[in-house]
Amino acid sequence: MVCMELSGTASTTVTAREAGLVACTRCTRAWPLGQQTCGRCGAALVSRDRGSLQRVWALWLVGLMCYVPANTYPMLRTQQLFQVDESTIIGGAVDLAHYGAYGIAAIILIASVVIPLGKFWAIAFLAVSVRKTGGFASHHRLLMYEVVEYIGRWSMIDIFVVAILSALVQLQGLASITPGPAAFFFALSVIFTMLSAQAFDPRMIWDVQAADDEAPDNG
Amino acid sequence: MCTRCHKVLIAPRRKAGMQIIAVSVAVVVLIIAASVFPFLQISAAGRVNSVSIMDAALSFTQGPMLVLALLTAGFIIFVPLLRMLLTLYVLVPVVLDRAPARHAIRAFRLSEALRPWSMAEIFALGCAVALVKVADLATVGFGPAFWMFGVLVVLVIAQDSFMCKWSVWNSLEQPRQL
Repeated sequence: MVCMELSGTASTTVTAREAGLVACTRCTRAWPLGQQTCGRCGAALVSRDRGSLQRVWALWLVGLMCYVPANTYPMLRTQQLFQVDESTIIGGAVDLAHYGAYGIAAIILIASVVIPLGKFWAIAFLAVSVRKTGGFASHHRLLMYEVVEYIGRWSMIDIFVVAILSALVQLQGLASITPGPAAFFFALSVIFTMLSAQAFDPRMIWDVQAADDEAPDNG
Repeated sequence: MCTRCHKVLIAPRRKAGMQIIAVSVAVVVLIIAASVFPFLQISAAGRVNSVSIMDAALSFTQGPMLVLALLTAGFIIFVPLLRMLLTLYVLVPVVLDRAPARHAIRAFRLSEALRPWSMAEIFALGCAVALVKVADLATVGFGPAFWMFGVLVVLVIAQDSFMCKWSVWNSLEQPRQL
């Protein structure tokens, strides 16, 4: 344990749980252990959410299941004069790159392939890592959790692009864009992974660290 | 105030409260205006089509896509709007030195729970991507709502970072005695 203070001997961190307290995750007020709901904001109080991991995995799995059809079905159906074009997410990005719009192709690939896959991996990693001790520094794990929680919403950008395009490009006979089934699955996938990340209880990270500190330090 | 040395530890930020209220009112007006007025307009070979944000959100219309349309409309328009209204409901009595409004606590909790689902700024970036995609297909014109939405996104982010949740919870927990 590193102590930042200049005075006295290094003290160890006392967790709220050890002090017999539980903090409200909504409004941050601390209450004695055993209290059921927060007296200030009325949110339910749990010191450690036992069912957290189950919910994380369940929502994660649904998200992953929705992500598969999101990539195999067409996302956009473009009609230009008499030519109908159906493109999937990756197909659309490849097309854009062919036209020379590398920047946009990269944004789409990052927002709808790299980030979702990274998110699935990160949530799974966090959920697995709180089960076992050692390995990865806890602070990095918390950082990862915060990044996943923050970035999750940004995946919706693809859905919004499809929405704007298909509302805007409606020029009778000349060109029209309609959304494909993938849009639906992609939106569901994003929503479920967001819920999955929210279900994760980051306090579990520090429980593992406490266990690590008692064992020889390898974090 | 520190009981030992009387240093002011934290000052009541009445001014900050007024700023947040002002920004929230502006956002409510802008959301309503931006969702009704034409947002973007494209024209190619004499054909013109202009859409509002509402049209964009509700463009998924067949079968199960309707759910998606409602979700999109919710994320872009209704959730941000609801959050602003809840904030006003909670903050106005507090800043004006009145007792907190009834259910203010539940309102503020709901507003906090909705935070990740308010996606106006993501929609704005989506617009940029969509514009580049369409640019070579047709000429794109910006409607009044486009500029309103641009201002709106900045204000939403500002409102979020101005507000000190800690002091709001505190003032709700210990209402000022009249």
